[in-house]
Amino acid sequence: MKADFDSVQVVEVSRHFGRRRALANISLTARAGDIVGLLGPNGAGKSTLITMLATLASPSKGEIRYGHETASRLGPALRTRIGLLAHELHLYPELSARENLAFFARLYGLDARALVGEALASAGLEDRADEAVSGFSRGMRQRLALERSLLHAPRLVLFDEPFTGLDDRAVGLIADRLRVLASNGAIVMLATHDLDLADGLVTRVALIRDGRLVSDEPASPGLRARYRSLVGAN
Amino acid sequence: MFFRTAWLVLRKDVAIEAKSWEVLTTTLFFAVACVLIFAFAFVKDGRPVDDAAAGILWIAIAFSGTLALGRTFERERYGETLRALLLAPAPRAALYVGKLLGMLVLLGLAELLLVPLVALLFQAALFSRPLLLVALLAGGTIGFCAVGTLFAAMLVRARSRDVLLPVLLYPIVIPVIIAGVRGTGALLGATPDEPTAIMWIGILTAFDVVFVTLALWTFEPLMTE
Repeated sequence: MKADFDSVQVVEVSRHFGRRRALANISLTARAGDIVGLLGPNGAGKSTLITMLATLASPSKGEIRYGHETASRLGPALRTRIGLLAHELHLYPELSARENLAFFARLYGLDARALVGEALASAGLEDRADEAVSGFSRGMRQRLALERSLLHAPRLVLFDEPFTGLDDRAVGLIADRLRVLASNGAIVMLATHDLDLADGLVTRVALIRDGRLVSDEPASPGLRARYRSLVGAN
Repeated sequence: MFFRTAWLVLRKDVAIEAKSWEVLTTTLFFAVACVLIFAFAFVKDGRPVDDAAAGILWIAIAFSGTLALGRTFERERYGETLRALLLAPAPRAALYVGKLLGMLVLLGLAELLLVPLVALLFQAALFSRPLLLVALLAGGTIGFCAVGTLFAAMLVRARSRDVLLPVLLYPIVIPVIIAGVRGTGALLGATPDEPTAIMWIGILTAFDVVFVTLALWTFEPLMTE
């Protein structure tokens, strides 16, 4: 089955962990070219939604449609179109930057030789390509993790608090990269509680509080004031 | 894609271990320490207690295997790399097979050291029927690792995983350990009892088929939160 899609639809999705409700009846749609900011305070349910969009968790109720199909119908091939960058960087510290990228490229059935050099250049790590990742700074690891998550040119790019611990320059580079991805037809979903960063970057805003979607609207100037009025002080 | 993914995961684990030597050295150290302690307890005046060797060999394999399982998956917990593996576009059971093969290599290396050590310290005729011994060790190790790999992967995000792993693992693999001990014990008599050893190999093979099939079947749903 063809796994590509140009929209993602979250349809009345709820998620419970035992008796705790993480998400309640969330519905939203993201299309190719969107940068959707999933905003909300800590514990709002942003990461749970990202985890479900990445197919790492199933909804307790409702469904997520990639194009017109669900993850269970599309099978493992769907994951060739999904890239995830979380706060935890999904890198092996014992391996070098090159080895990490080559491993993940091969895992996606890609030609590692062709892609790894480009990815190292994009991360600005060509001169440290053969050093163990354990010796890298947080910013270097983050840049490497970003390239790892994008190696397979995913359609759906999921970023969960990707800017934590980065300096302004690194944040700017990643933000620019997100804009390029979206302009090339990716669906970018960015979970963050950093409103300054989201302001001016995201094209749509989904505000989540206590597991409920309180607003899904196009981004507009004055995001912080809007956030305060809907979610509370930040 | 299935076997390719399993092979890539195995190769990655070997590459990491070749750089750090962390899991192999701790596993070997623990296994040898275990056998030495039993040797101090059960060898008096140069004479070992009768029929102890088979049990001690399998206890050392089970204990060091549990340690290796914990350490191997701790590596996937750091940086949440297990989630990255689960995002690969291959059947998730392929990841299980890759990790299982890595564990088999690790325990196989431990057994290469343990078998001669137990044979030496307990004056056990472990090499009298080498093919049968290899079959028993392979059957027991596959059964132990099949269940252990599944549980260790399941528990990777659990807070008390170090305590839970043996608590969950041992009750299920006890039949495998018993079959290993009885089969190995049958080879250690003055006259090796080949039919009995072959019977236990058959039982171990049946355990392995059941455990591996169940693990392949349940890995994906268990790993999807």
